[in-house]
This record gives sequence, C-alpha cells and structure tokens, in this order.
Amino acid sequence: MKKTYGVEVDCANCAAKMEEAVKATAGVKDATLSFMTLKLKVEFEDGADVDAVMKEAYKNCKKVEDDCEIFL
Amino acid sequence: MTAKQKKVLYRIIISAILLAAIWIVSEFVDMPWWLEGILYLVPYFVIGYDILKKAVKGILKGQVFDENFLMAVATVGAIGLKDFREGVAVMLFYQVGELFQSCAVGKSRKNIAALMDIRPDYANVMVDGNLEKVDPDDVEIGTEIIVNPGEKVPIDGVVIEGNSTLNTSALTGESVPREIACGDEIISGCINLTGAIKVRTTKEFGESTVSKILDMVENSSMKKSRSENFITRFAKYYTPIVCYSALALAILPPLVSLIIGISPEWQKWIIRALTFLVISCPCALVISIPLSFFGGIGCASTNGILVKGSNYLEALASTGYVVFDKTGTLTKGVFEVNGVFAENGFGNHELLEYAAYAENASSHPISLSLKKAYGAKIDSDKVSEITEIAGHGVSAMVDRHKVYAGNLKLMNKIGVEVINEHNDGTVVYVAVDDKYAGCIVISDVIKPTTKQAIEGLKSQNIKTVMLTGDSKAAADRVAAEIGIDIVKSELLPADKVAEVEKLIANKNPKERVAFAGDGINDAPVLSRADIGIAMGALGSDAAIEAADVVLMDDDPAKISLAMRIAIKTLRIVKENIVFALAVKLVCLVLGALGIANMWVAIFADVGVMVIAVVNATRALRLKKQK
Repeated sequence: MKKTYGVEVDCANCAAKMEEAVKATAGVKDATLSFMTLKLKVEFEDGADVDAVMKEAYKNCKKVEDDCEIFL
Repeated sequence: MTAKQKKVLYRIIISAILLAAIWIVSEFVDMPWWLEGILYLVPYFVIGYDILKKAVKGILKGQVFDENFLMAVATVGAIGLKDFREGVAVMLFYQVGELFQSCAVGKSRKNIAALMDIRPDYANVMVDGNLEKVDPDDVEIGTEIIVNPGEKVPIDGVVIEGNSTLNTSALTGESVPREIACGDEIISGCINLTGAIKVRTTKEFGESTVSKILDMVENSSMKKSRSENFITRFAKYYTPIVCYSALALAILPPLVSLIIGISPEWQKWIIRALTFLVISCPCALVISIPLSFFGGIGCASTNGILVKGSNYLEALASTGYVVFDKTGTLTKGVFEVNGVFAENGFGNHELLEYAAYAENASSHPISLSLKKAYGAKIDSDKVSEITEIAGHGVSAMVDRHKVYAGNLKLMNKIGVEVINEHNDGTVVYVAVDDKYAGCIVISDVIKPTTKQAIEGLKSQNIKTVMLTGDSKAAADRVAAEIGIDIVKSELLPADKVAEVEKLIANKNPKERVAFAGDGINDAPVLSRADIGIAMGALGSDAAIEAADVVLMDDDPAKISLAMRIAIKTLRIVKENIVFALAVKLVCLVLGALGIANMWVAIFADVGVMVIAVVNATRALRLKKQK
C-alpha cells in the first residue's frame, strides 16, 4: 500500500536524512521524500499498521532532524 | 516571502547593522578585548541562536556532522580564538545563504504551483432546478454539468448543449483556442472561453485528465535521477570525512611539532581547521541538483511536455535513437484525399465530383474523405441507382452517366483499362460511361510539424526510426517525405517490441532508445523502451499510464524540444557539481595550507551556493530557438 503525506522541512540535506529515517522504520517497504514538492510517499509492507508505522517513522525523523514536520 | 523568511531577514539586517557599528566603534575607540567580545556576542546570538540550538539538539541526539554542527563549531571556535568579527560574519553569511536558497526554492515551487492551478475547485450541477456548486469529487459519471465562460472544465465529458471555444494552453502550451460543439468530447483542465456549455460527464473526477496530470506532476520529483542519488550518497560520506579531516588538521600538526620539539602553534592550526570546516559545507551541491531538475521538469510542463521523473529527464538527455510509430504519431491517423489523378480528358475536380456522388450514400471513412475533398454540397437528386458491389466498390447513375468507383478488381471486372496504377494508401479508381476517368489516392496525412521534428532530432545527431504495421509502399512514401533514417514496415505489435529490443541490444551502451507512440495500442513498446513518449494525452488514459514522457498536444516536434530542455538541465547539473566541488577542493587545500582565511571560506560556502542556485534556476527558462 502507498500513501502520500505533506512534510515541512527547511533544507535538502535534512530531507534526505528524513527519507533515510522513514525507510529504516519497520513496516516501511520504501519511501521517497521530495524536497521540492514537500511530499513524502511511503510504501508499506503488506499487513503493516499504517498509523503505528507512521508514528514510529515520525519519531525517527525527529531524531535525525528536529526541525521537521510530517502531516499525518 | 513567508513569515519565517521575513523573520530571518530582519535578524540578518539587525545583526549586520550591529556588526558594522561595533566594528567601526572598535576601530576608533580602544577597548579591552573582553568588552569587544561581549559586544560582538550580541549580533552573534541575534543571528545564530537557532543554529546553535539545533546543533546542541543534534549532538544530544547523536546526530553530529550536519550543517548546523559545522557552523556552530566553526563560529564558536573562531570566537573562542578572539576572531570575533569572523565568527559573527560566518554565521551572518551562512544565514544570508540559507535565506537566499529558501527564497529560490520557494520561487520554483510557486512556478510549479502555477501549473497546478488547473485543479478545478467545483462543478456546477443542476439540483432541483437550481444550479449548485459541488465538489468535483462528488459528481457521478453521467451527470450533466454546466461550464460557464471563464470556468475550468472540472471533469472529462461530452458536450450535449452549446458551442464554445476552449483554452487548452494550461495543458498543452498551445495558445490557439480549440473550437468545440455539441457532441465533442472535452477534457478537464481546459478553460471555457466564450459560451456556456452543458456537459455529460464520462469519468469520475479522480479518473479525469486533470487529476491524472496533477498526480503525475506532483510525483515527478519522487523519481530521483542518478545525479541526485549520487549527491545524497556523496553528502553522507563527505561531511564526516571533512569533519575528521578538520579535527586531524587541528591536532596532528601541533602534536607532531611537539614531538619534534618545535613550537606547536595550537591557535594557528585550530584556525585553519575551522576555516576548513566552513569551506566544507555541502549545501551548494545538495540543494542545487534537485532544484535544477525541478526547474527542468517545470520548464517542460509549461511547454506541454510532462516528464514523469528526474530520471527520465536524465535519460532524455542521452537519447541516441528515437523510434516512432507511424499512424497517429507522425501522421494524423485520419484519412484524407492526398492525390487526384484524372485521365482521358477528365478534370481533377470532375473526377472528384463523380466519385463523391457515387459514394454519397456510404458513411465509410473513405467516402467521407472523398466528400470532404470535393467540398461542395451534394445534390442527392442527381444520383440514382446506387448499387454496392461487395468487395469491389459502388456503381451509380450520376447526371445520366454510369459511374463505377472502387478498387482495381472492379475496373478489371467491368473491363476498363487502368492507365495510372497507384499502390500507396487506398486508391479509388473511377470509370465513367465505361471509360476510365482516373484515380484518387486516399491516405493518412503527415502532421504539419513532423518534418520539422525529424530535422530537429537530426540536427541533434539523433537517429530516427519508423516502425509501422502499414504496407511497405505507404511507409516508404512517408519516410521519404519526412526524411526518416530507418524504416521497418508491415510489423505486428509484437514485432515492434522485438525491433525496439534489437535496437536496445545493439546500441552504444551510453545511448538511450526513446519510443514515441500514440499510447493506445503501443503500451508494450512504450514500457519496453528506455523512454516511452506518448502522444496525445488528451483523451487517452493508456498514454499517461504507460509512458514516461507525455506530449500533451500530439506534436512530434516537442520531442526535440524535450531533449533540448533535458540536455540543458543536465548541463546545469554538471556545471554545478564540477564548479562547487572544484571551488571547495581548491579552498580546502588553500585553507589547510593557511593561505585561505575565514573570508575566503565564507565565499567558498555561501558564494558558491548562491552561484549554484542562480545557475540552477536557469533550468526553468528556455531560450527560444531561432
């Protein structure tokens, strides 16, 4: 399953780090974050609990880049 | 400017004024170093408090080696070494650079947002006799909607009442309005210009053209190019490497000096290490590459070319072959009379007239094209005894003349000698009163821009190939007329895939093979080619799905335009990578050797970034070709 979220982040490098952090979250198959459109596209593993996974992904993002926001 | 950007701007102005004031005062008034230091700390904190906060937070979370960390260490270090001015200046210019970058990115986003402006907000639906504005998402298939002049067509559908003209420029880049009348299919995203029309929707909003296009544009920057991935990977290793190098630069030379018994000069080496850190900031690269691609995709969009991802833009720039489908791509895919060859004393117009009258009763595309070519109104009282001769043609009495119109077999059957035989396209032979009158060639018409498209590609040293299921004669005629390099005719759809695969296997590995088709029956080839280019997204869903690049207005000349945009974008990307890395490397070496001071470092950081970003925004604009 795929879902798209809006994000807020100030620099391209931070966006790349957030992308890595989301990718590394359990339950996420693949993720791409476009700094230019400020959109995060997440592909979930089959049967993953989307809300729980995204909460975890958000926490991971906050860890690498404090000044960011994902609009869940 | 957003509120956030304005706040930064004010901070920059205040801190710049403070810095200048303290600098001037300290030149004339003698004050102790600690007082000067405290004074400089004011503009330093005004400009840098958020960076320091972020750096501390990062360290606490184990995230060192980001830009904030680099800047915090460099400026705190400089102030610690009593280089107050440099410390404040580094932070100040860093923020100027960040603000500039943020504005440039915001501007590019706005450019793309203007394109997104095609999203319709409402649809007018008749509810209980009143016109109501409803969310297009809630409109079911088959609903009748009203589109007033000046409004966007919200959902794809068929006009059932009214005439108007449509502005399709947001979708196609084409500025000439399109005439529409009752019965015409119209697509969402166009703007209705002159009259109110009633439309019966044929799709849901989510399946309508406008939704698909928006979806495609929004997702285009998700597919990252190799250059973008390269930079992301590069930044991951680069920042730790320079940080450790800086640390080594601060510690090793003094230690070595101590061991061999000369003065360690700690301060000198620490300053060099800090300079090194400021220079090393990778922002110029990290931002300018995606910005360039974004600009390139935006530029293509405004010209009616939708590119589905940066990776395809990259592939377009290294295209070596463009393979075309013939019908619907190079030609219009509609039949028209292409040649009239009268014989035995008949005039061309006379010949057309007899043929059109004889075929009057038929609604076959060939009859229609004959009638269209004849042009004048047909007086059906003049025709009688129309008989269809299956598999051969028709016979009829036209103005008391016995007319036969049909294929070669018909002429042989009635025993009329054909003088001028033709074999490309569909040929209608005509005999009048058992005398051969001539023939009319009906064939597909080449698009007006096709020739220019092929010439454009050839001038870019790209080889052109045409694949078609059509007969050899018809294919060769078209190929000769437009000057295409390689022609393969009489192919089945599966053969087209095989031909493209052969090309891909035999080409130079650096070159890419693009296939341009009309997207309806070419989906397998579109997805097999390195770059699938679909013609005429207007009306064809399969095109948007299967292709990597979609030309909104069927114009094959847009292919060479797309390539020019791609090549320009890639050139900008390369310029930025080479320029930024070269300046940084030179400055890093100079910094390590102690030749470059902190001011040079500021240029290498902020100056390079500003130049790279300005260069990147060039990708948005396209010079008109002479």
